Amino acid sequence: MCLAVPARIVELKGDDAVVDALGNRFKAKTTLLADIKIGDVVLVHAGFAIAVVEEEEARKTWELFDEIIAFEKTQNKVSG
Amino acid sequence: MLDKVIENQKIIKEACEKLGRQIKVMEVCGTHTVAIFRHGIRAILPQSFKMLTGPGCPVCVTDQGYIDTVLQLAENKDVLIATYGDMIRVPGKGGALETKTTNKNVRIVLSAQGALELAKENPQKQVVFIAVGFETTTPATAVVVKEAAEQNIRNFTIFSNHKLVVPAMRALLAGKNDKIDAFLCPGHVSAITGYGIFEQIVAGFNRPCVVAGFEPMQILEGLTIIAQQLAEGKPELKSVYKAVVTQQGNAIAQNLVKEYFQPADGYWRGLGSIPQSTLRLKDKYSKFDTMARFGIKQIPAEESNGCRCGEVLCGLIDPPVCQFFGKQCSPQRPIGPCMVSNEGACSAWYKYGDDRGGN
Ligand code: SF4
Repeated sequence: MCLAVPARIVELKGDDAVVDALGNRFKAKTTLLADIKIGDVVLVHAGFAIAVVEEEEARKTWELFDEIIAFEKTQNKVSG
Repeated sequence: MLDKVIENQKIIKEACEKLGRQIKVMEVCGTHTVAIFRHGIRAILPQSFKMLTGPGCPVCVTDQGYIDTVLQLAENKDVLIATYGDMIRVPGKGGALETKTTNKNVRIVLSAQGALELAKENPQKQVVFIAVGFETTTPATAVVVKEAAEQNIRNFTIFSNHKLVVPAMRALLAGKNDKIDAFLCPGHVSAITGYGIFEQIVAGFNRPCVVAGFEPMQILEGLTIIAQQLAEGKPELKSVYKAVVTQQGNAIAQNLVKEYFQPADGYWRGLGSIPQSTLRLKDKYSKFDTMARFGIKQIPAEESNGCRCGEVLCGLIDPPVCQFFGKQCSPQRPIGPCMVSNEGACSAWYKYGDDRGGN
């Protein structure tokens, strides 16, 4: 439950945002951050954006997620 | 990248040789636990560099008395329990919340916001939010209490078991396990609090504290700095998670938490009662406090069922030392919370193993 994912803000109304991580879109609240705008990359934890993230850092995490997803898919295949 | 791994490995090895003894480094964050196992970081460390999994998984550190109290609340027909997913599988008195979902009064939510929405959608029910988690999660709970107060929502309370990480680290060093040499400190907690909170561990206990993110190279870098500091006998506070963490942290979040919560003594699995380690709602917000609303007290924890999660959380034993590990206890049929939670040490060890075996 502590997992936090970097995601890009694609829609923003007040402090209700829609964010995008690797094409997955979900809702997030931006209440805990000041001066957030569309296009910013934020770290989302349990439905709340908790920090602004540098683009480069976010990219590394996304790549890692991609690798993990791919790895777990192959593992699942092996185990049947 | 491989070059960098080898280089770090070499520095760690040399530092360990210089020290000439086993060193124990504890991570206190469930996400670190999973990342360390998943990326095989334990396997590339020298034998004398031992990683310990500390009290960093919110589900795991929640004491049995709290779980049993929640189970009792779930018996109340007027109550709708809103909880983060992992909590529903933790066994307690007479079962787990999971078995009560058939009563339709336990719902999984992905955020505190989801719990408040549940209250708005079910005005005839009393919605109780199972508010667990460390500093990273507490601000979200504060936001929804604020919203509930502003909108005068009368059927929503939170059963707060929010925890503070530094008091647990102090409790470990001051008694439960003073053999810990250093801490790999949690990145996301620090994003909220600022990494400055760990200064008291460095100053008070002379232990290196290094904050890292969750990318494997960064974890290894953090561990390398720790090894160097130990070899040189110069404990310091460092952060390698510069992209996200600052010394001061997120002021908006901190102020919200300060407005709604106050520290109180609290029970932890394995660590017992720790002074000023749990966050309770302030008295002026007591109408949103589950215990005040229902006039209940937390049930004391009962004798253990043989599960050794408590010792695992203090870094005193590795999971395979538990007689139930991998036999009666597995992620499919967990006996204790360290096997229930994806971030628990037992679950991570079961799924990924430790190439070097247990101790
Ligand atoms: S293996 Fe199961 S019973 Fe043993 S300590 Fe871990 S969770 Fe508890």
